[in-house]
Amino acid sequence: MSKPALNDEILLTIDQPARYIGGELNMVKKDPKAVDIRFAMCFPDVYEIGMSHLGIQILYDMFNRREDVYCERVYSPWPDLHSVLKKQNIPLFALESQQPVRDFDFLGITVQYEMCYTNILQILDLSHIPLHAKERGEDDPIVIGGGPCTYNPEPIAEFFDLFYIGEGEVRYDALFSLYKICREEGQKREEFLRQAAHIPGIYVPSMYEVAYHADGTLKSFMPKYADVPARVEKQIVVEPDEAPYPARPLVPFIKATQDRVVLELQRGCIRGCRFCQAGMIYRPTREKTAERLKEYAKEMLKSTGHEEISLSSLSSSDYTQLEEIVNFLIENFHGKGVNISLPSLRIDAFSLDVMGKVQDIKKSSLTFAPEAGSQRMRDVINKGLTKELILEGAGAAFAGGWQKVKLYFMLGLPTETKEDMRAIAELANDIAVRYYEIPKDARNGKCQITISTSFFVPKPFTPLQWATMHTAEEYIEKARIVNDAVKAQLNRKSLKYNWHEADVTVLEGVLARGDRRVSAVIERAYEKGAIFDAWSEYFRNELWMEAFAETNVDIGFYTLRPRALDELFPWDFIDAGVTKDFLKREWETACAQKVTPNCRMQCAGCGAKKYGGGVCHENQD
Amino acid sequence: MKIRIKFSKGGSMKFIGHLDTMRYFQKAMRRADIDIAYSTGFSPHQIMSFAAPLGVGITSEGEYLDIEVHSTRSTEASLSALNAAMVEGFTVKDYRRLKDDSKTAMSIVSCADYTLTFREGYACPLSPEALREGLHAFYEVPAEIPVIKKTKKSEKTIDLKQLLYDFQVLEDEGDEVHPKFYLKLSTGSLDNLKPEFLMEHFYRFLGLDLKDFTFQVHRLDVYTGDKRNGFLSLNDMGTVIV
Repeated sequence: MSKPALNDEILLTIDQPARYIGGELNMVKKDPKAVDIRFAMCFPDVYEIGMSHLGIQILYDMFNRREDVYCERVYSPWPDLHSVLKKQNIPLFALESQQPVRDFDFLGITVQYEMCYTNILQILDLSHIPLHAKERGEDDPIVIGGGPCTYNPEPIAEFFDLFYIGEGEVRYDALFSLYKICREEGQKREEFLRQAAHIPGIYVPSMYEVAYHADGTLKSFMPKYADVPARVEKQIVVEPDEAPYPARPLVPFIKATQDRVVLELQRGCIRGCRFCQAGMIYRPTREKTAERLKEYAKEMLKSTGHEEISLSSLSSSDYTQLEEIVNFLIENFHGKGVNISLPSLRIDAFSLDVMGKVQDIKKSSLTFAPEAGSQRMRDVINKGLTKELILEGAGAAFAGGWQKVKLYFMLGLPTETKEDMRAIAELANDIAVRYYEIPKDARNGKCQITISTSFFVPKPFTPLQWATMHTAEEYIEKARIVNDAVKAQLNRKSLKYNWHEADVTVLEGVLARGDRRVSAVIERAYEKGAIFDAWSEYFRNELWMEAFAETNVDIGFYTLRPRALDELFPWDFIDAGVTKDFLKREWETACAQKVTPNCRMQCAGCGAKKYGGGVCHENQD
Repeated sequence: MKIRIKFSKGGSMKFIGHLDTMRYFQKAMRRADIDIAYSTGFSPHQIMSFAAPLGVGITSEGEYLDIEVHSTRSTEASLSALNAAMVEGFTVKDYRRLKDDSKTAMSIVSCADYTLTFREGYACPLSPEALREGLHAFYEVPAEIPVIKKTKKSEKTIDLKQLLYDFQVLEDEGDEVHPKFYLKLSTGSLDNLKPEFLMEHFYRFLGLDLKDFTFQVHRLDVYTGDKRNGFLSLNDMGTVIV
């Protein structure tokens, strides 16, 4: 057992000391001196969140299969420990060896949401690693970023030595080999980075030069050297069945958000919802076979002792072997102390049947994500769900004994009118009407319909990447319109309405579509004490507003400015599979309120077919 | 049938709290294929109860949990299955069958014994001889040791003499600078006495100030019974399964 980096006095004073001691079940133990490469894998949020992330478990397992690599973990110290580490000048350490991150070869940070950007700076700061890549020396770790937010890495580009664009399973071996060669040959950091830029999927920000027009928009984005590629290509696993998957995932002592075995059914989504970044950047949809999933289920339940198993994918109902895998889980594990947790499935006869078997109907609720209230608005965002389908599904569920329904919507979508906003309340009311059509003696009291709205944030590599946003005041006004409409409904007593914060939305908007100049704001906000911005109890909007003012960065430039169709975007140098032509077509189709069929119905020619696998090549043998 | 499991908890695992230790053992039962019984309903839980929760920061070589099983392997085979499912810091030390009408460990616990060593960086304020003299005057001489115990709601006077069954100064061989204490204290839902609480009063008696974190507390074993009839280790209530 590694001696804790923190002494007893600290560990017994802070909240949840188990976050910082390592030693969990299935933790990999190696002699750090006996490996060539030490890799610190970081999820820049609190342990319970970070430990729930599947991607890290996959890479942790994959890296540690290599004898020459020791991959350890790092999470964001909670604010209580943050102050202690600062005050006592204790360097941040990795959980396995309890040794300082500063002494590692690599610090890999997965960037899953924009609101963790200040936490990235916290990790660097507490590790005693210079915040800016250009200030790092030969002894500092190579700081590498990955994950969905790195599809626009520019707002955080200054803080990273390199980014890995795409799925981690593919190119790390090449990167590690290159690192070892460079070190054996005594090459400098700069030389290693230059050569790493040649590996497909690797983006080295310092090797590119950015120029702006007088109006502030991007003029050019060019490699500084002829040998550095102008475009960085997303890397994907073509055959998911053959990709490594952790048969023995780590099991934390404290309850993580995801305290269960997770079976990844597939990557990608056939639906093509126009607001959804995941649905675009993980194209093409690639399924794992049910046979492989069954093996994983058995093995992982055995190796972890978890009492719950869940399915993971962007749209499980589209997984072609769903019935087979669900029935397998029920037959083999239901009633044997293993709970089966189903992701939100499309409501139909099959899903109601299996939910009835594995859930307590009285306690559980049904979830629909119409995303928009009116059919017109749903057509704009290409959400195929119709009112008839929702009412039909809800009706079947009510007949089956359910009485709780959750509805998720977005406000602030392009072309949205007041009618679209009010339609949210009306749709919820219609569902309630459907419930009360059931004869009184056949139903179980009142129904409960919970409406939640979030504010739409346009994301890079989506058809809505050209959309303009709104001010925080305008967002709140939209929520008020919905709230008034809910109160005006006949069945208002059965409806409950929740809406999200607007300040965070605006900020997320700037960070999502920002450029390199935004990094100054992030750094200033961190200096002012912004940290754990994804946590409402720690989010302090005023610090950010001061940071924008002091760095002369205009929020409206990133959120309110209309973007021309031919504008060069900061993320355009990345080849994410979906072409800009496709995205433009989809943006224009959205504005024309027309839907595009899903990938299985008809190929939309998005560009992802070039990878040679997945749904694009189904039934074509 | 009822089974009592004895385990130890050491090293960094002392930072794992009671609820998380319970969760840890629930998963361990599944990994070790213990044929444990579940409650009924939509979210069945294992029939498992712990004897006496161990505070965060305390190590132990005598922790107990009782489970109910449908069938069982031998003590030896169960021990090796459970230990194969443990992480470093937890060791399962015994696995014994209880009589079917046995009460749960939790309801019969009456006392526990501990050693207290000086934590790294904390010096012993007196020589072992002086400590022994002090202990004699504090514990052995008086007929009663009344102290005030504060709870969230009230204050009451309790008699330490009645709740403290043994108190000694020990010395690690070849190390005179670091004496340690041995304590045997009333434990359980009634009259629970914490080692730190006792030491605070002992230090006060000696005219010394007890700093937080001075002692590493280590639990040795947990017992049932009483002072008059004698204490019985919870482990000794079960029989080895062959």
